Formats: sequence, structure tokens, C-alpha cells
Amino acid sequence: MNQTYPFKFWCKQQVNRFAPGLFFIGLVLLWECICVFGKVPNYILPAPSSIITAFLNVEFSRWMTHLWATLRVALMGFFLSIIIAIPLSIGMMRSELMNRVLYPALIVIQSTPVVAVAPLIIVLLGTDDPSRVLITCLITFFPLVVSTTTGMLETPPEMIELSKSLRAPRYRETWQIRIPYAIPHIFSGLRVSITLAIIGAVVAEFVAAEEGLGYFIQFSTSFFKIPQAFAGLIFLSIISLLLFKSVQWVQMWLFPWSLPKKK
Amino acid sequence: MGPVPNKTDKNLTYVSLKGVGHKYDPHPNSPMVVQDIDLDIHRHEFVAVVGPSGCGKSTLLRMVAGLLVPSHGSVSVFNLPVTEPRDDVGIVFQKANLLPWLTVRKNVLFPLKHKYGRYSSADEVRANELLEMAGLMQFADKMPDELSGGMQQRVGIVRALLLNPDILLMDEPFSALDALTREQIGFDLLDIWREHPKTVLFITHSISEAVLLSDRILVMSKRPGTVMDLIEVDLARPRTSKTINSPRFAELTDIIRGYIYEPNVPV
Repeated sequence: MNQTYPFKFWCKQQVNRFAPGLFFIGLVLLWECICVFGKVPNYILPAPSSIITAFLNVEFSRWMTHLWATLRVALMGFFLSIIIAIPLSIGMMRSELMNRVLYPALIVIQSTPVVAVAPLIIVLLGTDDPSRVLITCLITFFPLVVSTTTGMLETPPEMIELSKSLRAPRYRETWQIRIPYAIPHIFSGLRVSITLAIIGAVVAEFVAAEEGLGYFIQFSTSFFKIPQAFAGLIFLSIISLLLFKSVQWVQMWLFPWSLPKKK
Repeated sequence: MGPVPNKTDKNLTYVSLKGVGHKYDPHPNSPMVVQDIDLDIHRHEFVAVVGPSGCGKSTLLRMVAGLLVPSHGSVSVFNLPVTEPRDDVGIVFQKANLLPWLTVRKNVLFPLKHKYGRYSSADEVRANELLEMAGLMQFADKMPDELSGGMQQRVGIVRALLLNPDILLMDEPFSALDALTREQIGFDLLDIWREHPKTVLFITHSISEAVLLSDRILVMSKRPGTVMDLIEVDLARPRTSKTINSPRFAELTDIIRGYIYEPNVPV
């Protein structure tokens, strides 16, 4: 088979395969060149090489302490919002009244900038984990409620008729039909939420914290350790990306049927 | 459920529609979807309903299924008015309507799981027997989307047979399939029906399908759907591909086609 492939086709395939990586490497090299040849000072825009040096200069255990602080808050907020959002969506799907009462309230919460509310929450709940978790929760749960409710309401009417024709109790209609049907929707909500959870945790750390990657970035910036701030920022992005990927892995592992079909 | 009917009684009317009409909007000036439908279906009879799209065929089926309460007239099953879905009535839906998160076997067992929350190993044996009969055993552990459309609909039929209903309601079950698959699954259905005789109400918009499968055909007019004719299909059983080529088959399809395409012909 392989021999019949024209060489041009093979080249095209390889380019397609490596293009995203090559683009990224090219971008970093360009950045490095601009900084080195343009003599951009480190405190304005550090070169990638000095960011790496800065990263290595910080002890590993310190990185882990900050990482754990951020991850802990992000994950606690994320799971708390799952625990709140799913039952809330079921309630809003089942009861028209509940939907009418709660939906406007949710929109008000969603459209209020969390950055503006964060200091007030700190005043209210103190400077410990509870307030940071609440801030994270506030920012993550709206996409979850929306996606779960949408998924459950989009259940095809014939599936609901199947349930009705069996005179099954309504809780089974919810658990055996509507929730599984909503799984792909719930997971797209979870993918949005997990990245928002990191944002929430960082926002909380910007307002009040003694550790965490958000705190580390802010602290480094205020001491003009710009390469170190960049190192923290890039580390944070990688963590965020990994979390996003893990949500996909969990979906692949637990609900393989819910993934879009391969061509 | 009231008095239990003697289902072996030859004279028992399985499904009875008397002056049935329906409108979705209760306003007095709103249009009727179906009107003045009278129909009696007896034990192990196969009755097809044909008519142009939107003539209320599916509405009729939903009223027999107990999913919809008619606004006019009465629908009864075993001489009891239909107020809610019954255990002895099974439904085969338009698209196979399988749950994509369950394997084929679990889809077949779903009615029990959904109705009672569990099923026994004896139920699993029965599900396997049904799958075997429909030639689906080798796909029992596959997911629905790994099956072709025709096989999916066979699973839909098998699922409807799980609770061993006396009456099977089929709502344009083959309309999503291509012509070749459609003809094949029609013959498959006749085989299944011979092994598990049921009283069938079969909704379709395919004239030849109705003639091939049924004992009687209710021809409906366009909206508001009324009865244009009730045709006796006097073709010998078992029916095969030869039946399709017989002159009588052509005659019957022509009669029905006449009703559908020239709706002003007096009945």
C-alpha cells in the first residue's frame, strides 16, 4: 500500500502532522530573536531562554507548593460547582416555576464580574480557602448549569414517549434517559468550567493569598522579576491545558459513546 | 386495570376506535387533525394505515398507545377505554429510537430496566432468544451506532417484543431506511410476525409496503384525516417477493394510489 503513495502525498501528510508543533517552535524562536537582536530589556519582555533560566532558578518544592495551592482551590471550586449545578439543572428542567425563578438570578450572578465581587467575598468569608473556593465556584457553575439543562431539554421526544409508554417513574426518565442524553453537553460544559476554575482560583489569589501560582505571578511582577512572572504564567497555562485534557480523558474513559464519531 | 378480558376469545375486539377525532388546540374554531375515524381490529390482525403526510396517522397511533387523549370519540383496547399506556401494547418508533449509550442487548432489556428498575437472568435469556430470532445475536454487545439502519430498526422491533405485548403499534418504522433495506426488513417483519403472532397497527406512507404486509388497509384523506376506505387485502400468505409481482398486488396498489392522488373520487 505504502509504495503506491506518491512522495508528494507523503510530504503533505508529514507537514500536516508536525505543523502545529513547528509553528509553536517557530514562534518561540522568533520571540527569542526579537529579544536578543532587538536588545529588548528583560524587565519589558524577557526572552524565552531567560524565562527557562528563571523557571529553573526557583526550587522545585516551591513550585509544587504554589501549584498545589492553586490546584486545590480550582478543583474544590470545580467539584463544588458540579455538585450544585447538576441537581439545580434537574430541578430547573423538571419545574417550570423553579426555572422562571432561578434563571434570572443565575444570569445576574453570571453577568457580575467576579473580579469586582471577589474583594467583597473576602471581606465576608475571610482570607482562607472557603472564600477562594466560592469565587471559583461562582465563575464555573454557570456554563455547567446551561449545558446540563440544554442537554436534558434536547432529549428527543420519542425517547420521552418510550418512557411514557412504559409508565416509568419520572426519576427514571431523568436518570436513565435525560441525564445520559445530556452527557456530551455536560462534558462540553465541564471543559469550559475547568479552565474557568483556574481563572477563578487566580483571581482569588490576586485579591488575597500567601501562596499559589496567581500570587506567585503577582508577587514576581511587583518585584520586577519579569522572567520569573512569565515562568509562572507559562506553568499556569500548561496546568490549565492538562486539566482541560484530563476532562477529555475522563469522557473517553467513562463515556466513549458520547464522543463525536470518527470519520 | 378492571376486568381482565379473555384474550383468546375470537370475537374480542382488540382495538376499537369509535368516531375518533382530535385537535391539539381546544379552541372551537381550531382545525381537526383527524376526524370521524371508526375502526375495529381483531386478534392477530395486521392493519395498515396509509395516507398523505400530515393526515394524522401518527396522531391516531398515539391515541391507541395512550400517549394522547382524543378530544372526540373513544378509543378502547380489549373493550376498555384507553386512559394511559398499557403493558400489553408495544410501540415501534419511527427512527429506531435506541439509546446510544446502551449496548444492543441492554437496549432490548431497557423496557424492564426502565419500568421496574431491574431485570432477571430469565429476562436476559428471553432477550437473547429474541435477538437470536432476529439474527442479531452477534451484535448483542455492540453499540447501536455500529449497526446499519435496518439492523437498528430490527433491534427496535425486538425491544417492543420484550414485554410480549398482544398489540404492536408501529409508527412508520421503516421510513428512515433506503428502499432495498426497507423491502428486506418488511419480509423480516412478516417472519417475526408469523413466529410471534401479534395484533398489529402499522402506520406507513408507502402504499406497496401496506399492501405487502397487511390484512386490511385504512386509507386516510389529507388533513383533517378521515377514513376514505378500508380495503381487504386478499393476498395469500406467506407473502414473498413473488407476491409483489402478482396482478392482484398491482390492482390493490392502484386502488389506493387512486385515493391518495385523486382525493375527489367518491368513496
